[in-house]
Parts: sequence; structure tokens; C-alpha cells
Amino acid sequence: MSITVDGIKKRFGKFQALNNVSLDIPEGKLTALLGPSGSGKTTLLRIIAGLESADSGQISFSGRDVTGLHVRDRNIGFVFQHYALFRHMTVAQNIAFGLDSLPRKQRPAKAGIQKRVSELLEMIQLPHLAQRYPAQLSGGQKQRVALARSIATQPKILLLDEPFGALDAKVRKDLRRWLRNLHDEFHFTSIFVTHDQEEALELSDQVVVMSQGRVEQVNEPIELYARPESRFVFDFLGQVNVISGQVKQGSLNQGNAWVTVPGVQHKGDAQLYLRPHEVRLATAPVAHANLPLRIEAVSLIGSEVRVELRPEGWQSEGSNNIWEVGISHAEFNSQRPTRGDLRYAVPEVGHLFTGNDAQPATVNWAEAELAPRVRLIS
Amino acid sequence: MASNRARSTRSLQHRRVGDSPAIKWLLIGIAIAVTTGLLIMPLVVIFTEALSSGWSTFADNLLDQYTLHAIGLTLFVAALTVPLNLVFGVALAWLVTRFRFPGRKLLITLIDIPFAVSPVVAGLLYLLLYGRNGWIGNWLADYDIQLMFSWPGIVMVTVFVTCPFVARELIPLMQQQGSEEEEAGVVLGASGWRIFRTITLPNIKWALIYGVVLTNARAVGEFGAVSVVAGNIRGQTNTLPLHVELLYQDYNVVGAFTSASLLAGIAVFTLAAKGFVEWRQARTVIRLQAQETV
Repeated sequence: MSITVDGIKKRFGKFQALNNVSLDIPEGKLTALLGPSGSGKTTLLRIIAGLESADSGQISFSGRDVTGLHVRDRNIGFVFQHYALFRHMTVAQNIAFGLDSLPRKQRPAKAGIQKRVSELLEMIQLPHLAQRYPAQLSGGQKQRVALARSIATQPKILLLDEPFGALDAKVRKDLRRWLRNLHDEFHFTSIFVTHDQEEALELSDQVVVMSQGRVEQVNEPIELYARPESRFVFDFLGQVNVISGQVKQGSLNQGNAWVTVPGVQHKGDAQLYLRPHEVRLATAPVAHANLPLRIEAVSLIGSEVRVELRPEGWQSEGSNNIWEVGISHAEFNSQRPTRGDLRYAVPEVGHLFTGNDAQPATVNWAEAELAPRVRLIS
Repeated sequence: MASNRARSTRSLQHRRVGDSPAIKWLLIGIAIAVTTGLLIMPLVVIFTEALSSGWSTFADNLLDQYTLHAIGLTLFVAALTVPLNLVFGVALAWLVTRFRFPGRKLLITLIDIPFAVSPVVAGLLYLLLYGRNGWIGNWLADYDIQLMFSWPGIVMVTVFVTCPFVARELIPLMQQQGSEEEEAGVVLGASGWRIFRTITLPNIKWALIYGVVLTNARAVGEFGAVSVVAGNIRGQTNTLPLHVELLYQDYNVVGAFTSASLLAGIAVFTLAAKGFVEWRQARTVIRLQAQETV
């Protein structure tokens, strides 16, 4: 079942939670609603579920208008942030609740319900905990029970509110994979809310980035990461290094620091955005950039070595005036960068925001060396 | 090294403020003296006085026509008050914890008025409003309806005096539990009644029982408000607490203590029930925690 959100507005007192949100959620896809807290993502999810009503706008499932339909009759699965398991019921009773609540005509017989419950318990790999109470389960187990409960009546739509928010990193990773498999197996149309960009990019087929009650950008994870359309999306999706300055005579200048921006016609204020992997570190300035930085910290955890640097003689845009660059372990072993060393950032690919232009221009120095040009993202 | 650290923590614990043995035993002594003098001895006296002329006198006093009527009236009032306040308390707690509306905070404060107002004042207010010369009582009298100086008046003031108990027990609990479970119930297709019966009610069960026990105890024992609106008509509007006073003024000390011993008995029973409910609540929590760690 596809979901169409059309012009939804919602206001809580003076706070505009959703401001004219329109979206198409394709059938059978796993969509992430990603945004910082207060961006309206949970409110949108609750409006789609019918737990909250919109001030104006329309929700339809596969073209059928459900705006006025009670949540009880929408036949959706909903997983709450804190699971909301019924605390005085056993795991089995929790899972059976939706089936027990069906109107008499549709309700399976007792044996049928029991069979379905044990199937679901097998699926979540917790048959041995059927008679336990929620208080006796770990976070990951609760989450799986909540999922089983929500899909017991075989809904076509599955909505999840911060499904992994309260779990520790290891369990979170396991459950993500498990949810992905579950989704592929049952072909729900799923929407999940998250503030974790990594989770959104890893798990979903489509990401909806939200901020201040608006949709900022909708795209597939890879496209979204590669082509952010606004400063907000750029900032929100992972670490980014920014230098702002004046463009004149083909280069961006701030004090003594400068970067050539081949092919850019714009003159005046501009910001250059660089991802940690789009920058190399050199021991001397190169032909196309002079960005001196001093190493603040080196962190070896992970598949990459993360180097934190502080601009030397110029200012970085952003809260803490720190640049982050990822280098390989091989590079680390050969160069041995240590705290206090001076390095020069060498941009390879960057994204230039000029004036109030929402869309950035991509600057590719590697290509530019062969044939200077600028590609504008549509 | 380890034992050193253990010793130093122990001495640190000793130095905790207010932890000196002298103060501890002084406080325990005061507590015992006060409890004995003000609670236990009077309770013992009630029963010894009631039985001072032997069991047969006790039985005679108990089976006295007016005493039996007072017992009946008291139980009748409690039997009406408790269900009324049960429904009212649950509805009110539901309202203020599940809905947002202007004046909600004010309403939560207003619930406490019966606690804050002296029961005698409450009785007087009802008398002024619903008495024969009162605003509403005057109008009702035209239809031959008399509320004051008869059992409806007693029920009305008892309901007023006891109405905060159930709501007061439920509101903090329901606030803490939140409405997520009920939302989960709706999403799963349950009707409102089914949600209340299978989700809300089991979650608030013990708090509700606790509230009912307190309501019942107060309904049975209320004196001040009832004495104003009842009019002390022996055999008609005399509840057990009023009966005790009446007998005492008649110089029937043994009779007064016999009735008083009934009230005291109810009080002791209430405390036992309250203790049991609290123990059950605590045990559920402990059991769950214990199993959680297994």
C-alpha cells in the first residue's frame, strides 16, 4: 500500500509542528523520516497513523482518503518509541492482543490465535519467553515483542517511532539487520522515524530529511549523501568541514587561506563544504589550496583514522572550529601524524554554496586538473 | 589495600550526618513513647472499657435497637459513597491525565478542597445550600424533597469529604504510566471499553483498591460534616460515630465504648487491608526485578 501525504499542517499552540508537508511513500519501500528533534517527524508519523489529527491536509493509502478514518480502522502496525508493551500481560498475551481485538467475524478461533502467536514467537526467536512479563525482558527483546505484536494482524503498513533509540549500539546493529530482513520478507510499506543519520542511510530505501516542520529533501540514501541540496542536509548528514570566504579571481579566500574554485562565475560570499573523506592531508601547500591546520587529536578507532585539526590563521565555519579528516591506516603508519603537527588540507571534491543559492555547485579538483569545469547539480 | 579501602568506607559511613547512635536511639524512644501514649493505649482502652462489664453487656449494647440502626445506616452510607467516588475518581483521574484542556491544573488543585476545608464547614455549606431555607433546598421543598436531616444529606456530605481519595491515588500513577499503552491498544484495534478493561484497569488496580479502602474508612468514620447535616435523630439519621457521642452524653459509657470498638475494629481492619495492598504492590515489583536479573 502506498501512502500519500498532501499538504499536512499541524500546530501545537504557537508551535508550527508541520508546515505544509507533502510526500509520496512508495509501496513496499522502507522510508526513513530523518531530522533533529522538533523537526516534526514524529508528529508526521502519528498523523499518518491516525494517533494525531492534522489541522489541514490529506492522508491517503493507495489513493483511498483515510484522513477521517479512525486509527482503529486503519489497520496499520505501529511500534512505539518505548515499545508500550502491556505490562501486566505476558509476551504471548501481548502478541495476541491485536488478534483478540478483531471483530467477532474476522477473529480466528482460539487455536488459530495460539498458532499465529507461536509462529510470531518463532519468528522473533523468543518462544522460550512466551510466559514472561515485559519487565523481565531486555530492551532488544522488548523491541522484538513490540514488532511481533504490531504485525500480528498482518497490516500492510508498518510505522516505527525511533525504533532503536533506546538500545545500545551492538543490539541496535543486530536489530537493524533483522528489521531489514523482516521488511524484505513481508513487503510492508514501512516508515521509521530516526534522528540518527547513519541508521537512516543504512536501513532505508528512501530518506526524507525534515527540519522545522518542512521536508528538506527526499532521495535514496546514496544520492542524498552524494548530492545534498541544502546547507541543512549537508550539515545534518554526517561530519562536514566548512570554510567560508570571498570568491574573487577564481579562488575562495579567507585571510591567508585560499582554495581555487575553477569554473565558478560567482563573486562575493561563499561557503565551501567538504566531507572528511574528500580531503587529503599534505605536509606542504599544493597548487590549488593553502589551508594550514594544526592537529588536535588523532583517533584510531574504526576502519579509518580520524584526525581532528584546528585551522591555523583562519576560521572554520561551525560550532567548534574543528576540521575532521579521515585517513587510511596505511597512511597513518607511514606519516605518523601527531598532535601539534602542521598539515595542509588538500580538497579533492567539494561543494560550494554561494549567496542564498539553495543548490551547491560541485567542485572537482582532480577532474579540474585535466579540464577545469563545474558541474551544477540539478 | 582492599581491606583498607573497606575500613575507610565504613568509617565514612559512620560519619554520615545524623547517624550517631545516641540520636538514633533518642528518636526511636520518642517514637515508641508517642505511639504508645497516643495510639496504642487509647485503642486498648476502647476494647477494655467496652468489655468492662462482661461479654453479655457488650452483646446487649451491640444488639440495642438504635445501635443496630446506626450500624445499618453507616454501612448503607458507605455502600453508596464508595461506588460513587470510585466512578468519580476514575473518571476525574482519566480526564486530567489523558486530556489537555485549559483549567486542568486548576481542576487538579480543586480536587484537594475537601482535604483543606474543615468537615464542619463543609456540612454547614451543604446545610445553607440544600437546607429547607437554603437556595436549592427551598426550591426542592416545593416538590416535597428533603435532603438535609435525612440520609441523602448524610450521603452528600460523605461523598464530598471522601471524593479526593481515589483520584489522589490514581492521578500520580496514571501520569507516570502515560498513555502509550492505551494508544498501542487503539492502534491494535481495541474498542474504548476493551482498552479500559484490559489495559487501564489492570494497571491501576492496586492503587484503585487502596483508594477505595481509604474512602471506605473515612466514609464510615466521618463525624464533623455528618453531625451538621444529620440532626442526630436517634433511629433515623444517627450514624455510628454520632451514636458514640450520643451514648456518651447519655452517660452510657460502656455502650459508647462498645460502638467505638466497632469503629476501631473497622480502622484496624482498614490498616491491615492497606498494609496487605502495599505489600502486594511491593512484592510484584520485587518479584519482577528478581526475575529480571535471573
